Amino acid sequence: MSIAPSAARQDAARPSTRPSARPRRRKTAGWGATPWLFLLIPLAFLVTFTYIPVANMFWYSVTDWDGLALEKGFVGADNFVSISTRPEYFRVFAVSLYYLVGAGAQLILALYFATLLSFNTRFKNFFKGVIFFPYLLNGVAIGLMFLYFFRPGGTLDSTLAIFGLQDPPLWLGDPSIVNISLAATSVWRYMGLNFVLFLGAIQSVPSEQYEAADLDGASSWQKFRFIILPSIRRILGLTMILAVSGALSAFEMPYIMTGGANGSTTFVIQTVDTAFRFANVGLASAMAIVLLVIVLLITAVQRKFFPDEKATVE
Amino acid sequence: MTTTERATVSPPQSTAPASRKPRRRRADLGFLGTVLKYASLVAACVAALMPIVTIFMLAFKTNEEYRTTGPLDAPSSWLNFDNFVTAFTQGGMVTGFLNTGFILVISITGTIFTGTMTAYAIDRFRFRGRPLVTGLFLLATLVPAVTTQVATFQIINGMGLFNTPWAAIVLFTGTDIVAIFIFLQFMASIPISLDEAAMLDGANRFTVYWRIILPLLKPAVATVVIIKGIAVYNEFYIPFLYMPSRDLGVISTSLFRFMGPFGSRWEVIAAGAILVMIPTLVAFLFLQRFIYNGLVSGATK
Repeated sequence: MSIAPSAARQDAARPSTRPSARPRRRKTAGWGATPWLFLLIPLAFLVTFTYIPVANMFWYSVTDWDGLALEKGFVGADNFVSISTRPEYFRVFAVSLYYLVGAGAQLILALYFATLLSFNTRFKNFFKGVIFFPYLLNGVAIGLMFLYFFRPGGTLDSTLAIFGLQDPPLWLGDPSIVNISLAATSVWRYMGLNFVLFLGAIQSVPSEQYEAADLDGASSWQKFRFIILPSIRRILGLTMILAVSGALSAFEMPYIMTGGANGSTTFVIQTVDTAFRFANVGLASAMAIVLLVIVLLITAVQRKFFPDEKATVE
Repeated sequence: MTTTERATVSPPQSTAPASRKPRRRRADLGFLGTVLKYASLVAACVAALMPIVTIFMLAFKTNEEYRTTGPLDAPSSWLNFDNFVTAFTQGGMVTGFLNTGFILVISITGTIFTGTMTAYAIDRFRFRGRPLVTGLFLLATLVPAVTTQVATFQIINGMGLFNTPWAAIVLFTGTDIVAIFIFLQFMASIPISLDEAAMLDGANRFTVYWRIILPLLKPAVATVVIIKGIAVYNEFYIPFLYMPSRDLGVISTSLFRFMGPFGSRWEVIAAGAILVMIPTLVAFLFLQRFIYNGLVSGATK
């Protein structure tokens, strides 16, 4: 931190003012209001559509508001008590477990295929493209596609019949199977993103490391364990947190495909139904806060175990 | 794994200069390994494509064929476009594409301006409150969007935007933090001396932003257009919640409404789904590399 160069820069940028009054100001600030003029609109959006709703949510969560009435009756912690004591509210967390298992399978599959394609492979771009493509598709199109895939006599049943498996179950009609089918659909949809992220991280390893490992006679497993795995540690940590919070807030696939029928209601479906179908904004806000707190806790844990060197700007 | 193995494998550079063999980067998987590798890749492709291929075939079948043939049977004619015509004309797909296009153009333009302005202010200025502003944008990434709709709905409703396309537009434009981070990262690579030279020539901060920073950010803008475009095109819940009117259907909600009137006509639903997926496929084939790079830089921020 030498003063001379920064003073020189300041001179260049702001010739009229005295040099090096505050050497820490590397870049000149111009007149004080300028950055705020640039930030005015973005901050207005941020506050209006993120922070005010979150603040309101805390306020609604201690009321019995229905979303329309002018008066909001204060009920204290009643909504939170209902969530934690009435089984129909926390039973939906069990549904998240299916998605959590699905997310685990998704990460393992993504890692497996990314590792395979990091070695020399014929038609590499073709395989990469096909495995990734589902991630880009419209969620409603995927939902309709899989309704047809899972329906009685649909694609899945016909395929199983080729292998001689008759009398398949009702994939979306049987409450003990529906969540597995829906979680599998989510894996089909989202695996491609994890796969591409892993592949990118693996390929950023300089090829000399693999060559050197070859010279040392390392096996494929050793290359995976000692070169590939360390190189994707950061992205693995990030994807894991995204997978967990994604599993807890699973919404789109079950909402589009079953609407939450047959025991496939997830926590978020329950929240939006409580708010918009049963007009209980107060209770729904409390549920949203429970989810928000859980997601924040998970993120904090992840930050602790996978410290992110880029967590702050600059 | 034992520590001896770590010692032999992990510092490989130490042995490299000793022996100079010709470069080879062949996977030493052996014959069986290679067979297994390609078998699993082909299996993954089948799993990825099967649901798409079956509804593609279904889209060309007549209703009679749909009821009498299995999902894995090819249609009798690949030139039967009746279902596509029905989906397009009766399913409100035209309105859907128009509304999606309108929302897409405005909200992407908005995102580019709000994103670049935020990034410019944070990267090029040192001012009181800068850490606070940065922190506010960072913290917002942690709030799960679907759940806050419970309260956001009241705001949109209060502003009189409910059941107008502007509800979706302001929410998409709002705070695209991923876009801000892409711009920030790219802006750090633009030398400050350019700003300073321009200011020596008498340019003010707005001229610098408009004439120097914005044009140089083009590659980052392209990335943001692609990821934002895909996200807006695929978004379902925001238009579903805020724009229930039929005339305001975007492609997601128009397609979702197929389930009612066409409930028993799966061949028409299939055609609708294929119509929605075609633009995505075209974009993917032409912009592959940008899409991969954009998503990687977007997701890791």
